Amino acid sequence: MTQIILTLFNGLSLGSILLLIALGLAITFGLMNVINMAHGELIMIGAYVTYVMQNLFLNYAPQQYFDLYFILSIPIALLIAAGVGMILEFSLIRFLYRRPLDSLLATWGVGLMLQQLARSIFGAPNVGVQSPSFLNGGLEVGTLLFPYSRLFIIGLSIVCLVSIYYYFYRTSSGRRVRAVMQNRQMAECLGVSTRKVDLITFAIGSGFAGVAGCALTLLGAIGPTIGTNYIIDAFMVVVVGGVGALFGAVAGALGIGFFNTVFEYVTNASLGKVLIFLLIIAFLQWRPSGLVTSRSRSLD
Amino acid sequence: MQKAIYQSVFNNKVLFTFILLILLLAPLFLSDFRLNLLGKFLAFAILAIGLDLLWGYTGVLSLGHGIFFGLGAYCMAMYLKLEATGGKLPDFMTWSGMQELPLIWLPFQYPIVAIILGILLPAAIAFLLGYLTFRNRINGVYFTILSQALVLVVVTLFIGQQNITGGTSGVTNFETFFGFHVNSSSTQTVIYLITVVVLASVFLGCRKLVKGRLGNVLVGVRDGENRMRFLGYNPSNYKTFVYTLSGGLAGLAGMLFVLQVGIISPTMIGIIPSIEMVLWVALGGRGTLIGPVIGAVFVNAAKTGFSESYPEYWTYFLGALFVIVVVFLPKGLMGLVEMIQERRRKVDVKQSGIKESNIKESSSVEVEKNYS
Repeated sequence: MTQIILTLFNGLSLGSILLLIALGLAITFGLMNVINMAHGELIMIGAYVTYVMQNLFLNYAPQQYFDLYFILSIPIALLIAAGVGMILEFSLIRFLYRRPLDSLLATWGVGLMLQQLARSIFGAPNVGVQSPSFLNGGLEVGTLLFPYSRLFIIGLSIVCLVSIYYYFYRTSSGRRVRAVMQNRQMAECLGVSTRKVDLITFAIGSGFAGVAGCALTLLGAIGPTIGTNYIIDAFMVVVVGGVGALFGAVAGALGIGFFNTVFEYVTNASLGKVLIFLLIIAFLQWRPSGLVTSRSRSLD
Repeated sequence: MQKAIYQSVFNNKVLFTFILLILLLAPLFLSDFRLNLLGKFLAFAILAIGLDLLWGYTGVLSLGHGIFFGLGAYCMAMYLKLEATGGKLPDFMTWSGMQELPLIWLPFQYPIVAIILGILLPAAIAFLLGYLTFRNRINGVYFTILSQALVLVVVTLFIGQQNITGGTSGVTNFETFFGFHVNSSSTQTVIYLITVVVLASVFLGCRKLVKGRLGNVLVGVRDGENRMRFLGYNPSNYKTFVYTLSGGLAGLAGMLFVLQVGIISPTMIGIIPSIEMVLWVALGGRGTLIGPVIGAVFVNAAKTGFSESYPEYWTYFLGALFVIVVVFLPKGLMGLVEMIQERRRKVDVKQSGIKESNIKESSSVEVEKNYS
């Protein structure tokens, strides 16, 4: 029983990380039909921002304020990753809107360069980030121990989800985003500045990747390839969840996170990956375009 | 006029024969080391042609060709390993405590079986994945992502099942191939020549394929899939066929690769190598058959040169190359060549137009120019 609950809990926490990463991907893909392969490197940027913040606090701040570094790094990681995303969109992706496969390759090239840049600045070996003291230990329920760090990550992704829900469905700017998503030409005709919408949405998606990177530092050491470990699973979330609604991404992320943990628990890490891949292929036989799709009459 | 005839002849058969001759004669003037490298590049070129059939002609981008390449390579490597140990257990299996040869390895004692499986196995996997995805009209970026996930899955599996696949260090230490010493210079030369012949026949075969009706259908699928469907073709069948063929060619390339390089490990077939393969095609020029060959040789030659002198800059260069090719050279080097030829042709037209205008009225030339 305890094992089952712990497995469920681990699945939930993996799912919440995937959700943080996949939210940005799903939005940009649904909106611009662009898959940003450099998304993983935005996660890496978020993680390294946390690392730099930690070092700054270690060296320049009084001891008792050390824990503040983590709280501060979340918004800073969000801003920096969003900024990098904006630059990427502005300088590269907007030229490739009509060519989704090409944009995929170009952003992969950018990701590769960013990875190498991180390797030159911070060195190839992984670096550790010390968790803030208030996240050490865990919540004890009976004989079970839920680590605070994982609970924090789950909470963080819920906060992100709620805020993006609010933005999407309760603000006029979010309404414009949804309008462009559903019918770009029509939205343009009605006076929505699609360029601006693209840029802002891309920045939001990138920012969430930064936050995800920040959260990942709680789980282990970070390195230049930290993003690539998660990014393919996040792509799978987009494929399974479909684009066009937040619910798809949530269901996809939790589903993949859950099954991943269960399969790895039942078999082993490498066979678990094979099983989840087969499961996804089987799922796509039933729902070829993902769980949630926005219907339209356009063919291509 | 003379120039035009000269060009069209030069472009096709003569050029092809010329390149083939140079490649066949290369053992005479290249050192063993360089010849080995060139042979490796040409093996890659076989894969690139297959990838180009899929991407350049049919419009399906696969980021998972490393796996098909790897399956072919592992098939050949398993045979070579078994021949080197004389049918006994390979060393890494005894280290991980295996008692007897696993079932998967058994067919690979026979070279012919290994060679056939080296093509059939990747083709079969490509067929399965292609059939299951294209049938449901999972297209474009979705398919690309799935193909990349396939790489991750297979590589994790190969690393995880260390007792069967040799784990991260892969399979190496070969001795003989059909009884000949693999590392001797004469065997290597023969393998090189085999590679050249295989490449030439793959090239000619694919050329016949794309020049025929099938090639037109493929381009149709690429440019307007739904229109092809309305015309009564089933694009999924064509895509599955090309994907299968392309997987088989990748396996073939993998076998030739392992014979010349003497090692295969998961790092050679992972995500980065798989996507590098796409770069060969993109740089050379997709939608042409000679382009991928040039791209494969060029990129790998550059990689060898770079890694000899500045290993860390290679990654920057690779990343930048992706961006540059995609943004500025979507048709690759062949597109560049075409552009230059086009420009020259325009100059020719202009010059002949000026001559004619001396006879005719100048306004008619203006009209003609507007239409062209």
